[in-house]
Amino acid sequence: MNWLASTLLSSIGKKLMMAITGLCFCGFLAGHLAGNLTIYLGKDAFNSYAEHLHSLGPIITLVELGLLFSALVHILTGATLFYQNLKARPVRYSVNKSAGGRTLGSRTMPYTGFILLVFIVLHLINFHFIDKTDTTIYQIVHSAFANYVYVVIYVFAMIVAAIHISHGLWSAFQTLGANHVKYMPFIRGLSYVFSIIIVLGFGFLPIYLAYIA
Amino acid sequence: MTKTINLNLKVWRQKGQNKKGRLETYKAVDISTDMSFLEMIDVINEQLTHKGKEPVAFDHDCREGICGMCGAVVNGRPHGPEMGTTLCQLHMRHFSDNDTIVIEPWRSRAFPVIKDLAVDRSALDKMIQAGGFISINTGGAQDANAIPVPQEAAELAMDAAACIGCGACVAACPNASPMLFVSAKVSQFALLPQGKPEAAKRAISMVREMDRLGFGNCTNERECEAECPKEISITNIARLNREYFKAGFLSAEK
Repeated sequence: MNWLASTLLSSIGKKLMMAITGLCFCGFLAGHLAGNLTIYLGKDAFNSYAEHLHSLGPIITLVELGLLFSALVHILTGATLFYQNLKARPVRYSVNKSAGGRTLGSRTMPYTGFILLVFIVLHLINFHFIDKTDTTIYQIVHSAFANYVYVVIYVFAMIVAAIHISHGLWSAFQTLGANHVKYMPFIRGLSYVFSIIIVLGFGFLPIYLAYIA
Repeated sequence: MTKTINLNLKVWRQKGQNKKGRLETYKAVDISTDMSFLEMIDVINEQLTHKGKEPVAFDHDCREGICGMCGAVVNGRPHGPEMGTTLCQLHMRHFSDNDTIVIEPWRSRAFPVIKDLAVDRSALDKMIQAGGFISINTGGAQDANAIPVPQEAAELAMDAAACIGCGACVAACPNASPMLFVSAKVSQFALLPQGKPEAAKRAISMVREMDRLGFGNCTNERECEAECPKEISITNIARLNREYFKAGFLSAEK
């Protein structure tokens, strides 16, 4: 096998791919949230943000392709890790007890990841692959969240995302080898703070649109 | 005055590697709380032998926490509920009268059960053989102070070298990954000048061997450092990752 493939496909290499793509998604989420917050400035601000974004043209296409590629790598590698790790312990323990290392986030990573995948497909169908002629993005979003089922689904998905990130963010640093006595407590704290920002920032938007705006 | 307790034991019994095993129930009566966990199994085994039954097979050697031979999963915890101790250092005073104790072997595809609680951990030796050593040409020993080693590096290397290779990290890991073991073995050399010449080859060879042996992948669950009887830190795993990336992307080693 070629050196690059054998490095990336080893157990540590697979973790490296999970870490880098995961960090890309965290960056994307921060940008996505910053844009979405223009909803609080009103209908026109949000529509003009969307227009400016789409006027970027090829840059947007490039970023979208990058995200799609990252998603494929993250999903395929994650699924491989999940399968290999199940296989590594063919006979399970009859009593399982944590010594305090595991967290809600770490023990549910494959499951929260799968829920997020389903959510992202739904989200793209709702707001991306939708006929945008004779309407504005604000109208689309507003009418979607008039249905309380969507409000519930979106808020739930953001809670799941926060749980996933609470482990994923610090874990990515650890995998990259960035575990340092001075910075690790900050990075672990940042994982929780970023998770809370995601769940509150994104999660409150559907509620705001449905009941307040 | 020594206190004694009675216990209900559920012990994994398995006749051989490819035999089907199951939990069997035994009563442990009048167990002194001064006994170690292994001495408690000794008592059970004497009773079983007197009854003409097969005693419970379990690994043990020094019985003072330094050899790395003993270990079983006690109520879901490798080496039992105490932090920083091996199974031989676990005393029965940590249990209460009429407790039920479930005793299982280390569970990993790479650690097949030999018999009952004894598992074959030669997978750990194979990873050492793949690169967990330094090559030294024979000849006259040079002066001990010829190679300067910072005190901090020596301490960190010693912390990593405290690993006794018991396999509790594999047993504790939800993915049965030996990353804490491999990281300790890579770190103890990577931190010292003597380990530098073979650092890249060591990191690649040991990780490749780990993958070949059918262990799981590390997902930073941190159960290993919580269960390690020598309290080895996962900062060693971060160091292993750095060593591996350096070797994989920056060295000429393939």
